Amino acid sequence: MRVILSEKDIAERTRAVVEAHSELKGPLLPILHELQHEFGHVPEGALRVIAEELNLSRAEVHGVASFYHDFREAPAGRHVLKICRAEACQSMGADDLAGQAETRLDITFGGTTSDGAVTLEAVYCLGLCACGPAAMVDGKVVARLDAGKLDTLITECGQ
Amino acid sequence: MGLVHETDYGTPASKAEKQVTLTVDGFEVTVPEGTSIMRASMEAGIAIPKLCATDMVDAFGSCRLCLVEIEGRRGTPSSCTTPVADGMVVHTQTGRLKDIRKGVMELYISDHPLDCLTCAANGDCELQDMAGAVGLRDVRYGYEGGNHVKARDTSGEQNARWMAKDESNPYFTYDPSKCIVCSRCVRACEEVQGTFALTIEGRGFESRVSPGMHEQFLASECVSCGACVQACPTATLTEKSVIEIGQPEHSVVTTCAYCGVGCSFKAEMRGEELVRMVPYKDGKANRGHSCVKGRFAYGYASHKDRILEPMIRDSIDQPWREVSWDEALTFAANKLRAIQFEHGRESIGVITSSRCTNEETYLVQKLTRAVFRNNNTDTCARVCHSPTGYGLGQTFGTSAGTQDFDSVEDTDVVIVIGANPTDGHPVFGSRLKKRLRQGAKLIVIDPRRIDLVKSPHIRAAHHLALRPGTNVAVVTALAHVIVTEGLFDEAFIRERCDGDEFQDYVEFAADPAHSPEAVEAVTGVPAEELRKAARLYATGGNGAIYYGLGVTEHSQGSTTVIGIANLAMLTGNIGRRGVGVNPLRGQNNVQGSCDMGSFPHELPGYRHVKNPEVRSIFESLWGVEISDEPGLRIPNMLDAAVEGTFKGIYIQGEDILQSDPDTHHVSAGLAAMDCVIVHDLFLNETANYAHVFLPGSTFLEKDGTFTNAERRINRVRKVMSPRNGYADWEVTQLLANAMGANWSYKHPSEIMAEIAATTPSFANVTYELLEEKGSIQWPCNDTTPEGSPIMHVDGFVRGKGRFIRTEYVATDERTGPRFPLLLTTGRILSQYNVGAQTRRTENVVWHEEDLLEIHPHDAEQRGVKDGQWVKLASRAGETSLRAKITDRVAPGVVYTTFHHPVTQANVITTDYSDWATNCPEYKVTAVQVGPSNGPSDWQTQYQELSDRSRRIEAAE
Repeated sequence: MRVILSEKDIAERTRAVVEAHSELKGPLLPILHELQHEFGHVPEGALRVIAEELNLSRAEVHGVASFYHDFREAPAGRHVLKICRAEACQSMGADDLAGQAETRLDITFGGTTSDGAVTLEAVYCLGLCACGPAAMVDGKVVARLDAGKLDTLITECGQ
Repeated sequence: MGLVHETDYGTPASKAEKQVTLTVDGFEVTVPEGTSIMRASMEAGIAIPKLCATDMVDAFGSCRLCLVEIEGRRGTPSSCTTPVADGMVVHTQTGRLKDIRKGVMELYISDHPLDCLTCAANGDCELQDMAGAVGLRDVRYGYEGGNHVKARDTSGEQNARWMAKDESNPYFTYDPSKCIVCSRCVRACEEVQGTFALTIEGRGFESRVSPGMHEQFLASECVSCGACVQACPTATLTEKSVIEIGQPEHSVVTTCAYCGVGCSFKAEMRGEELVRMVPYKDGKANRGHSCVKGRFAYGYASHKDRILEPMIRDSIDQPWREVSWDEALTFAANKLRAIQFEHGRESIGVITSSRCTNEETYLVQKLTRAVFRNNNTDTCARVCHSPTGYGLGQTFGTSAGTQDFDSVEDTDVVIVIGANPTDGHPVFGSRLKKRLRQGAKLIVIDPRRIDLVKSPHIRAAHHLALRPGTNVAVVTALAHVIVTEGLFDEAFIRERCDGDEFQDYVEFAADPAHSPEAVEAVTGVPAEELRKAARLYATGGNGAIYYGLGVTEHSQGSTTVIGIANLAMLTGNIGRRGVGVNPLRGQNNVQGSCDMGSFPHELPGYRHVKNPEVRSIFESLWGVEISDEPGLRIPNMLDAAVEGTFKGIYIQGEDILQSDPDTHHVSAGLAAMDCVIVHDLFLNETANYAHVFLPGSTFLEKDGTFTNAERRINRVRKVMSPRNGYADWEVTQLLANAMGANWSYKHPSEIMAEIAATTPSFANVTYELLEEKGSIQWPCNDTTPEGSPIMHVDGFVRGKGRFIRTEYVATDERTGPRFPLLLTTGRILSQYNVGAQTRRTENVVWHEEDLLEIHPHDAEQRGVKDGQWVKLASRAGETSLRAKITDRVAPGVVYTTFHHPVTQANVITTDYSDWATNCPEYKVTAVQVGPSNGPSDWQTQYQELSDRSRRIEAAE
């Protein structure tokens, strides 16, 4: 279970992270990565603190953070299942697998199951085109995915 | 007449000296190295289709419409991002390019509504123009797929990509459905304005323009300067006035009537209706930029409070009576003559306005000198920059700033002292920030942490947060460091300054009593920080000093100005681009009103009335004898009124009751007079004590000139007829003639001709020359026929630059047990001066009342909470306002603005003033702050008086 953090804690922790990266030339992305790692998402309050500390505008920090899908606005589910939906995997039947995942989890892409167990996301190419369809579960890649394998993966995620 | 057309070259001009010749579509064109192909092509008269490029911002290369083919190079590079090269052969229209452009346009239009006929930008839309230019005839893609255009899809489901209009800003709307994400607004906000309030959020098809963090414009960091609206090629960001009225059909270039930057604008008109004000790119002060006031806050001109009929009354407890111009002027003239008959020639006078034109100001001082036959003329510059006139006159020989605003582009180290350019002079603030982002260093000397100390991409190298009232000690300590560490520019001083006075000054400054360590206890500025700042200014390259009223409005205002001049001379920072001493003038024509002889001791051109040769110039022209006795200054007029020897005054465009210090004294003075004539747009606070009200005209309703802070004479052009019937210069002429003067000026150009004929620094100024050059910086005479952007180039105007000792003398206004805090005053971006204009515009959404800034420590000690009413009391009086708790101010210092009459901040300020010029000490008042329930007794009483004296009798 993740502890719910107050605005004050977030601000303090963000300041510490910014401080730790103060020697870097372009510190914004490393800071966002660290916060994502720490909180599981990048809270809005943290963005305001980063802007203040790095002497950037709120808009600029928001522009950068929102550009990257992996910097989340809210925490993900306990497991993150990403299915590749790029051309090579599509040609190997990834669209059917995507539909299967949505039905099984009863959510659409970008959603999280109501018990907070699984977040389902699309990804565009994991570099495994030679052995697609491909997926990624909690950072680990899975190749040659099929209906059975996907089912097992979802079951392992606690569904 | 038509619209004033401005060519958009697509990318900014290159400053390189080396020229490059290339061929564009068979035409040879020669441009500076570093110019883009797009710009070079436009200079040859060939417009390459474009959407994301505009010459106010750097090339971006995202729209893919401006592609060209270059012989010997592969592919189709974008012309905005490709620099020219010698011998290059460019083709802008080939079959391949046409196909690409048509395809790109088709994609743009496939996610853009096809409502051109009912769109606000119809007729002023670059997307529309480009669709025409590339010959787009058909869009093959429908709206069935993903789009940002339709609120609902074909099956009636909500379209998640669609966003509603953002109407939160009072002056413009943001309609995301019309956005092509060209990023021009984002870049204008960053590069031109320097606020960085906008970004592109998301990526790919999800990319959207976002103010702040997906906020509404009003809630974001946006300062409403209008740069984004100007940059937008579509109707995405559009002025609400254009949406309401429609496109303008003609435009006239004129000058903004707010601050001393003097921005040039195109007043875009539909008939006599003002549609919008658009900053003019050829304006040499603003270079195409604007702020929220000049760009949008002109609504006061048609506000219902504006008085359009002359009014009179016998005493101030009576209601006003509307009368004809004839009756009002005869009434006023008779009263003034009667007063002079009874109390003598010296018993009446005038106050000229820094809001009015040079020509109008000239006439008002002529009225007192030639018709009243005394020198009782003064102006609001008395209460702002009179020490500048004195200090710079004494040291350099001219009472004005030394540079043009363009000079900031070559500055390496900037000292900003007692000024808050991002609020008070926003367009200059933006130009300064641009230079700072390029690497120039900044030193801020101010009790308060102004935005320039730290805001996105700006951080001052040093902030010397001095205690209010200790400017002289700090400036002298800077000189001490420069002198004792041998950082001065000996060659410059030897060549250009008086040697004996320099020796004397060195002896003075080197005294250990003036060291940063010695004065630290008084100033509160850490000695080491001050030393570093001095070294930076003296050794960091081109050093420029910009200062404002935080320097002048002190008991030692003139001394600080002299100290600043000393610093510039010591370091050789005078006489070329990038350096200098630059007073930031508060009002649009405060420089001009001083130039025009508004002061009681000076005839136009800063020449003393004692000087018989100067008097004779005017005497022979005016056919009267001019008094050689300097007249009364504003505070002296009020003193004399209380004593009963000064009985009548004609005040043009100034609200002394609200703007001048020690309100009780001002009101007592006005109340003691028999004839107060107020000539203004509104029944201002002073009018509560007036007997005659003459309706004024706005800057939109008259011809004339304003002179800005860089001595630039800018034309003001009439764009509509005066709603009150007469331009202000005509009203003054009518009053003079009612007193028997027989003036017959038909146009302000005739007044300028008289100014030029009598005043050497204006000798060659004519309206024809202004028409030709756009603007001229005085001195403009036979030696400098085209004006003088930078002064003292080969030597000081007075001959040798003069160092003068600057002994620090603490003000008599001191803190003590009863009044332990120091109050200092200032202003904010959205409001202007006493607020008579800006309070009557939508600008009030940003600032609806004056707030008292107080440090958390001081607030806690007094049990004051944020937003709570507090009583603010000084030795002079007390008032109430709401508190704002912030660490922008240091402990022991409180700060407020004076934009709202109900606050009456000047009830608090004292009548201490500058030793040389009587400029009031607004910036230092010892006060106490405590919790309160609401308005003070004075405020309630004043409100009653104000309501009573503003009654206008119903017409019969």
